[in-house]
Amino acid sequence: MMRLEPRTAPSPLLIYGAPVLAAVISLVLAAIPLLAAGVNVFQAYGVMISGALGSQFALTEVVARATPLILTGLAAAIAFRAKLFNIGAEGQLYIGALAAVAIGSGRFDGPAPLMILGICIAGAVAGALMMLGPTVLKVKLGADEVVTTLLLNFIVALFVQMMIEGPMKDPMSMGWPQSEPILDSATLPKLIDKTRVHAGLIIAILAAIGTEILMRRTVPGFRIRAVGASPAAARFAGMSVTKTMLLVGALSGAFAGLAGVGEVAGLKGYLTNDLSPGYGYAGIVVAMLAGLSPIGVIAAAFFVAAVFVGADSMSRAMTVSSYIANLIVALGLLSVLLSGVLTRYRIRWSLPARGRAS
Amino acid sequence: MTDENPVVLELRGITKRFGPLVANEAIDLVMRKGEILALLGENGAGKTTLMNILFGHYVADEGGVFVADGAGALQPLPPGSPRAALDAGIGMVHQHFALAENLTVLDNITLGTEPLFRLSRANSAARAKLAGLMQRSGLKIDLDAQVSQLSVGERQRIEILKALYRDARILVLDEPTAVLTPQESDGLFETLRSLAAHGLSVVFISHKLHEVVSGSDRVAVLRGGRKVAEIPTRGSDKAQLAELMVGRAVSRSKREPRAPGAPVLILADVSVGGANIRQRLENVSMTVREGEIVGIAGVSGNGQAALANLLSGLVTPSAGTLSLGGKVMSLCDPQEFVAAGVGRIPEDRHHEGAVGSMTIAENIALETIRSRRFQRFGFLKFGAIRARAEEAIKAYDIRCPGPDAPIRQLSGGNMQKAILARALDDAPRLILANQPTRGLDVGAVAEVHRRLLLARERGAAIVLITEDLDELFELSDRVAVMFRSRLTDSFASADLDLKTLGLMMAGHDNEAA
Repeated sequence: MMRLEPRTAPSPLLIYGAPVLAAVISLVLAAIPLLAAGVNVFQAYGVMISGALGSQFALTEVVARATPLILTGLAAAIAFRAKLFNIGAEGQLYIGALAAVAIGSGRFDGPAPLMILGICIAGAVAGALMMLGPTVLKVKLGADEVVTTLLLNFIVALFVQMMIEGPMKDPMSMGWPQSEPILDSATLPKLIDKTRVHAGLIIAILAAIGTEILMRRTVPGFRIRAVGASPAAARFAGMSVTKTMLLVGALSGAFAGLAGVGEVAGLKGYLTNDLSPGYGYAGIVVAMLAGLSPIGVIAAAFFVAAVFVGADSMSRAMTVSSYIANLIVALGLLSVLLSGVLTRYRIRWSLPARGRAS
Repeated sequence: MTDENPVVLELRGITKRFGPLVANEAIDLVMRKGEILALLGENGAGKTTLMNILFGHYVADEGGVFVADGAGALQPLPPGSPRAALDAGIGMVHQHFALAENLTVLDNITLGTEPLFRLSRANSAARAKLAGLMQRSGLKIDLDAQVSQLSVGERQRIEILKALYRDARILVLDEPTAVLTPQESDGLFETLRSLAAHGLSVVFISHKLHEVVSGSDRVAVLRGGRKVAEIPTRGSDKAQLAELMVGRAVSRSKREPRAPGAPVLILADVSVGGANIRQRLENVSMTVREGEIVGIAGVSGNGQAALANLLSGLVTPSAGTLSLGGKVMSLCDPQEFVAAGVGRIPEDRHHEGAVGSMTIAENIALETIRSRRFQRFGFLKFGAIRARAEEAIKAYDIRCPGPDAPIRQLSGGNMQKAILARALDDAPRLILANQPTRGLDVGAVAEVHRRLLLARERGAAIVLITEDLDELFELSDRVAVMFRSRLTDSFASADLDLKTLGLMMAGHDNEAA
């Protein structure tokens, strides 16, 4: 039989070594399906690493993919800190993108800074409003936000489909269900020419730094931490749990909405129903890997993006399914979470029932 | 006389370390059939660790546990196996009960004793066995009641029955009275007595001297992980045991006579709505003056929680008025109350009193984080927050690694000191002390009492809600009783005796008694 006993003082080696070990273990575990697919594992991982980090194209691709992941990672990190389990970042991302397209594809025009600010605000507000319903339902009626936010993802997906096939459909799209393109003045500038790295990265990193400061150094952050850790004690101390939850929900939704703005106005240029390959869900993984630390989200987003990019090129080169990327990320998450548990507890194997005793 | 009874359990040289901390050091202990052994010690003395080793939750680093088999020969108990402990006849009742609330009493008792896969359950056999057990032990309970409907005392009875149902010969109870009212505690010890008379051996963990003195045959005193004494209860007294437990003489504060001043808190016909008696107040009137302590007694669950919530600013009266220092508080909000000079010591320090994962400094600043002292333009002033904590740590002798340690690392007594620092340091006009010493050890209790009496001396008005009747009489100038959401008139504590108070707590008014 196995039991967990709390460790009193984990050693530094354990604290810093465990995540590294976890990453190695996840690669070892992922080797099993690769072997089953009949692939040389070392070659496969070699291709994966060079595919993620081995060229300028690969590196910029990692950066481009990390950009929305930082924002959706923040959306999950700040919400989970307050024990508001927002699983709806995917939907909030699409609503943010839809709002950006609604403002930025010709209805208004003006100088670029104004337009960019406009679509960012529109996307953030749209995402925040998407979280308003689930948060109010949770605080007032105790409705489980995991269910409500998750289901809203599908509603949003259908709504976006409806809009880009109907009122917001681009008449010049030759029948493809896509929105009208974002105006040049509302397009986020490229940071590096001829790559997919755009100014959304700066927004994402500023958002992460801002969130870190908010959580650590300000009164609202103090309230969020208190309400998340112990609603009863926070309430007793005179903090409004409702207001704090609404703030957290709004920020979480806004970050996810901004991720959508970046994708549509920095990368694609118009809205389609495959704008996001699940960035909203991957954001949860990013946040968990980062231990819900806003600054840590940046590193975790780059890591997850690198795994995705690397696994993509591996799957092309080695002709294995690209789902292997999802598998590696999932195994990585499980390993890291488990290593977190093992850092805090030690395993005791109890002896068989008739063992030695004296 | 019990020395002649056969030995049923022996602990030999138990040592257990957690990292650098030695929780148990070379502890020897012998239990005989039919005796009640009290394991006395302050929080952190190693009592619970020792019992967890006995029950197989922990594995001792050194030493072993020996249990008498059917023939009376001592056999080693395999370490680290609760299953083996159960099989050997050891039953444990934890401080926090392990009951499934949505199941019936019968289901909870038989749970785990039956094969996993069987279509019909042999309920009738279980009922017959339990009927016999209830008959013999005097533990009466409705087997078909759902656990969620039962009181704490009743739940404890289920736990004991559960152990007896599994043919326990040795019953271990961890702080069994921590959650009980005085009446329930008396009932528990009566039950334990009769069980012991039937041959059961009982070990109970406690730090309450009066129950150790009245409820045990023998006392083992633990201090700092070692057994410092083992003496027959008969012939020992509270002062001697307290000294053994703490390691030094404990001084008790005394309440000096003092004339109360102007009224601070006036409740006029206050009602609070709620779904049950626990959450409701009906037409409560009370006046508390400067420099006096008004004790609120009552059987748990008679509306004390509602009164505490009211005075904490958590609920607003549905009728009647609450005035503080002459000002009617129409909008109730904890921040308003703190600002108006109310110091609040909550009943449950882990749940309401502190945010466990936040630091000591953050917890001490929790209520006043929005004040100018701790923030500027919304940004926290870390220096001020830590300085305040350092002052508090010094002034209240909070034993801790430092202001930046998470508060959950503190012992109950030290956590309570941090809460006292937060509640009392701004010289509040009114203090609500809700079960301020529940679960604390002797030293910490004395400190809490001293602080409350100091505040009284300074002129604070204090409402003390307590189920500890010794504490009630020691501290209160006046006493009122809560019964079914109503509050009786108050009486000078000097004029009340225990019997009258007991009758009032049972709902008879004072005149009738």
